[in-house]
Amino acid sequence: MSNTVAERLTRLLGPEGVERDPRGLPRAVPESDDALVLVCQAALDEGWKIRIEGNGTWLPADAPADLALSTRGLTRIISLSPADLVATVQAGVTMEALRAALLPHRLWLAVDPPGRPDRTIGSVVATGTAGPLRHGFGPVRDQILGCTVVTGDGRLVAAGGRVVKNVAGYDLTKLHAGGFGAFGVITDLHLRLRAQPAVDLTLLAQGARLDLLDAGRRAMASAVSTIALELLSPTLAATPDWTLAVRLSGTAEGVAAETTRLGAETGIRWEAATAERAATLWNLVARAPLGGGIVIRLGTPADGLEPLLDILLAHLGEGLLAAGITSGAVRWAGEVDAPRLRALRLLLATREVPLTLERAPWPVRRSIGHFGAYREGVGPLVGRLRDTFDPRQSIAVALEGLGE
Amino acid sequence: MTPALVEALGRIVGPRWVRHRAAERATYAADGLPTHESLPGLVVLPGTREEVAAVLRLLHLLGLPFVARGAGTGLSGGALAGMDAVLITLTRLHRILAIHPGQRRAVVEPGVINTRLSEAAAPSGLQYVPDPSSQSACTIGGNVAENAGGPHCLKYGVTTNHVTALDVILPDGQLARLGSPHGEPWGPDLVGLFVGSEGMFGVAVEITVRLEPVPRMIRTIFSDFMELRSASEAVTAILASGVVPAALEMMDQSCIRAVEASIYATGARTDAAAVLLAELDGSPEAVAADAVVVEALLAANGARSVASATDPAARARLWQGRKKAFGALGRIAPDLAVQDAVVPRSALPAILDQVATIRDRYQLAISNVFHAGDGNLHPCISFDRRGPGQSERVAQASREIMEACLAAGGSMTGEHGVGSDKREYMPQAFSPATLDLMCEVRRVFDPDARANPGKVFPIHTCREWHRSNAL
Repeated sequence: MSNTVAERLTRLLGPEGVERDPRGLPRAVPESDDALVLVCQAALDEGWKIRIEGNGTWLPADAPADLALSTRGLTRIISLSPADLVATVQAGVTMEALRAALLPHRLWLAVDPPGRPDRTIGSVVATGTAGPLRHGFGPVRDQILGCTVVTGDGRLVAAGGRVVKNVAGYDLTKLHAGGFGAFGVITDLHLRLRAQPAVDLTLLAQGARLDLLDAGRRAMASAVSTIALELLSPTLAATPDWTLAVRLSGTAEGVAAETTRLGAETGIRWEAATAERAATLWNLVARAPLGGGIVIRLGTPADGLEPLLDILLAHLGEGLLAAGITSGAVRWAGEVDAPRLRALRLLLATREVPLTLERAPWPVRRSIGHFGAYREGVGPLVGRLRDTFDPRQSIAVALEGLGE
Repeated sequence: MTPALVEALGRIVGPRWVRHRAAERATYAADGLPTHESLPGLVVLPGTREEVAAVLRLLHLLGLPFVARGAGTGLSGGALAGMDAVLITLTRLHRILAIHPGQRRAVVEPGVINTRLSEAAAPSGLQYVPDPSSQSACTIGGNVAENAGGPHCLKYGVTTNHVTALDVILPDGQLARLGSPHGEPWGPDLVGLFVGSEGMFGVAVEITVRLEPVPRMIRTIFSDFMELRSASEAVTAILASGVVPAALEMMDQSCIRAVEASIYATGARTDAAAVLLAELDGSPEAVAADAVVVEALLAANGARSVASATDPAARARLWQGRKKAFGALGRIAPDLAVQDAVVPRSALPAILDQVATIRDRYQLAISNVFHAGDGNLHPCISFDRRGPGQSERVAQASREIMEACLAAGGSMTGEHGVGSDKREYMPQAFSPATLDLMCEVRRVFDPDARANPGKVFPIHTCREWHRSNAL
């Protein structure tokens, strides 16, 4: 079977467009949108299952499929317009390549996802994995102005555009940001960029969890302007106690004043991190989830963080945990089996807290799905959307679990 | 519409909330778009979400189309209903259900007026940021349908960035609860998909939104320029500096003159080619530091004069011309067509030149008011529809402006929506495959295509529609 697949792919893409993954599965590496369309159409014709991959650094490349389809050949930065603060990039561009391309223009993308720097932007968007900057700039989808996608049945479709305001037609981009590939393979992205601030300062405080939560809440109530306000577990921050990390940006005068105000409002001692220490810390926050086999994220109201953390610690243990104080977005990484995760998801659903499975081996993904325990009326809509974008279920993705 | 239907709807909402006489229905024959009119078959005003669901279940059983409507301030003819359709007006669902200061969010019914929410949140030091020009009249439900914007969306984002959850009654009368109260998507991002769907996916009956702290300090900086191009370049320079103004708004000379000739006159000098308004917000120290940067960039880019203010009354005076621009323009001719298009910011100077050329070719009065920071233009065409050939010239000029914006890599609408007005441009903006897919997505929510029929898509382009018509 795999030879037949490889042969047909080779006819479509040429020998340089077909590789083998470590388990011998044919891996298509198209270098254009059109080539990617051909692969999806061939899979549709033949009834093949496709596993979507970027660089294979985040989700384990283990979904059973007839072929892997990687965006790692789509590495072009198609356009970069500093005056418009917009870039159009192919989905296989890595976060570090993007950062390097933006740096000379003093621009940046306000997304600090978990994972390695060689993670692709397509992977970050498809999984909707934001980091602490979500507090200041919103979730990943808020940084995406549009995208081009190949649907499961091989249709090349574009959504959104290169402008920051756009209400023409339905906003299909939102479905792909955080859709885990269930609605197609992202090939190109229009990104909203920002000018780098003059000053970007990180402040740190150590202490007991409840004290820091309390300080975080006071910081939030005081409306001190911060771009990240994150509580980190001792294991994650590699410190004896819990850490509250704050990031402030702006002009030197503005940041200095907010630093003073933060100290006064929270009543705790803050230590300003050197640029090097700050880079190390945020790098640690990004990489830490890779230290656990399972990564989940939860969303709770800011004032519900304390009880949620209690539940989480009681059920899963402390693990590698980062919690956005204002956004209420919690990421936990560690080891846990599917039945316990399912039980936790059902428990949290009664409290209106969604549990999204961000990263796990296939058996766990297959069992409980990235999503589940939907609110009323959502399941049928998601099912019909999936049928619309991928009518023959060509894409191997466990959007919802299949049970044991 | 049959008397039996009038009676059945009356049993759900009470007879006084069903409007079936022609004179009553005429009130709802237009929205904020002056060029389109359509008399709805029937108007019903439910008072609770249960009544909305019951009305939709009944219409589902009868296979009747419907249109949801808020305050009717939309500028794309999106809230117009035909004789075969029931117009569901949601203004009676106007309760603010909850404000949770500790969570920075509020839960509202769709008929809540935009400014009322900010007023209600103000005692908690919070505000609802999206601020369309019609904010004192438009409803949050309408804002959700259209993904409304406003001047302050430059820094804070448009409606879609502020809605975290929606309770929606689908066209078959069933409830779907999209998103989660706190903004973490619960499954694929159906909230993001629903916002801006122009009433074609169902009726939002409960809307959870994010609130933002009211800034401690706001400074408004008013400047004028002798060349439109240098004002545009100032905009680019400010955004490249790393300062993110809360708003960056521009008016051209024609607009300045209309304001100064009206009762809203501010004393602005009418020989200026453009006025640029920048607003900074945040901590007093940050605003002060940002103001130094912005004022230097304004001067460097050729601003003739710069005035700035922080106290509310003085700020309101600086804003007055911009806020009253549409009102002032409404006085110089009987009709005003407000266009809405977006271009990449760097294309602003070129597109303004093109708009001027189009204006001259069609001998029309076009004034430009725009959200310069977002590249969102509002060319306003003043005309008299009774004049021979005027409406046709306006339509032609609008089309050319739209085409120029699309050619510049922009969008045909930034915040007003497609509605009835811009359907015909959709094939220029999207491929047939994309349009087909959008139609299919609509059918996920509304298999019979009964919700706000005939909007957004030109019927002949949509394969899905053909399929349905063949059934």
